[in-house]
Amino acid sequence: MSAQPPPSPEAGVPEGRTVLDERDIARALTRISHEILERNKGAADLVLLGIPSRGVPLARRVAARIAAVEGVEVPVGSLDITMYRDDLRKHPARGPQHTEIPPGGIDGRTVVLVDDVLYSGRTVRAALDAMNDIGRPDVVRLAVLVDRGHRDLPIRADHVGKNLPSARTERVAVRLSELDDVEGVWIS
Amino acid sequence: MRRHLLSIDDVTPDDIGEVFATAAEMHDVQRREVKKLPALRGRTVINLFFEDSTRTRSSFEIAGKWLSADTINITGKGSSTSKGESLRDTVLTIAAMGVDALVMRHHASGAAHQVSQWVDASVINAGDGTHEHPSQALLDAYTLTRRLGGLEGRHVVLVGDLTHSRVFRSNVLCLIKLGARVTVVAPPTLMPSGVGAWSRAAGFETSYDLDAVLPTADAVMMLRVQKERMSGGFFPSPREYTVGYGLTRDRLALLGQDVPILHPGPMNRGLEIAADAADAAQSVILDQVSAGVAVRMAILYHLLAGEGSAA
Repeated sequence: MSAQPPPSPEAGVPEGRTVLDERDIARALTRISHEILERNKGAADLVLLGIPSRGVPLARRVAARIAAVEGVEVPVGSLDITMYRDDLRKHPARGPQHTEIPPGGIDGRTVVLVDDVLYSGRTVRAALDAMNDIGRPDVVRLAVLVDRGHRDLPIRADHVGKNLPSARTERVAVRLSELDDVEGVWIS
Repeated sequence: MRRHLLSIDDVTPDDIGEVFATAAEMHDVQRREVKKLPALRGRTVINLFFEDSTRTRSSFEIAGKWLSADTINITGKGSSTSKGESLRDTVLTIAAMGVDALVMRHHASGAAHQVSQWVDASVINAGDGTHEHPSQALLDAYTLTRRLGGLEGRHVVLVGDLTHSRVFRSNVLCLIKLGARVTVVAPPTLMPSGVGAWSRAAGFETSYDLDAVLPTADAVMMLRVQKERMSGGFFPSPREYTVGYGLTRDRLALLGQDVPILHPGPMNRGLEIAADAADAAQSVILDQVSAGVAVRMAILYHLLAGEGSAA
């Protein structure tokens, strides 16, 4: 079976105003990588878990930057949250995506969850529940490329690429070259 | 997927692909310390079995439990049907308690289809007479897909008591749907009547000569000789059946060493399959069992988790 997430249903360039271009994303991820290392005082015991779809390539990019700075290969995995969503019953059942926990597991580690957009906070809540069934990290932190506000739950990010004030009616679209034909963040 | 799983005819190749992808993830969950997902929390799944079963019933039960559904088993012997209650009354009584899915096995062909018209719950056919057993076909195809990398153009040989086999019917439909080339082999007395017309319409081959077919097989599935459904006279003696159609040690040598051997179970060792074949390195019989749980989790998930599923 393929471990790749399904191809993005929306091809082409999203509508609206560009908020981050390719270079902005690269700079934001470099800063986030340094912040993670600074906060953790090095790369010891770190595990990066991306939330599918677009959190996974972001986690890989952060790991590559950490490897470049510290010379340490940080374990990277993916954590699917489909079956932990609190709105599972409101939509037609979607197939789960791939969960891959690095061989060392997450017990006693510092896990950094990586996602593209932080919005209501419900995805992060689901991710915390999903992690509960897999192991017990010492510390869990959250890194996101974009924080667009409007939280429904008492959840905040530790590392943010860009704070993006938005209206609830607006749409934020993230595209990454690993999964999409373009790269950037748009708001419309 | 539709609301019920009564026949392989109910699912499209896309549905099957979706079930397989989900099953692959569920397979990973099977290896975890905490084998529990919250997807079907608050849902109730009833296993209603009017015929004996070990693996189908227990794997549906485990599948439901690992998805956090409440699963309850009712067997024909322990239910009010043994006091003379009709199938319809039994099923309506259970449905009135508020169940979300009914996994059903019955000795009458078409029973699950009939029941699906009486109740609002999703009905999963876990074997109806000599008609179909779709979840078994899906897990067999899943096991083969994982082993062979895909079924397109692969030659799958089904051998055994085809007349009485619901596994055979569902498997032929499923394998052809996934692009496999299928040959079914049985003694003339155990070849279902009308198989000629069906094989021409559906596009599979029939044969009475196992030794001629085995060398080109990419996979071979042995089916159980169903003594309980035979009132005798299908073959002169068990020994004679084994000589003509059993997967014996000699026939094992005709197979490529990496050709997977399947058997949906329960096996009659020494009758349709020799111990050498059942326990061979290329046997995937226990893989079928573990795939059974993963595939049934995927089926329950896709039938019950989302909007529009039976509430």
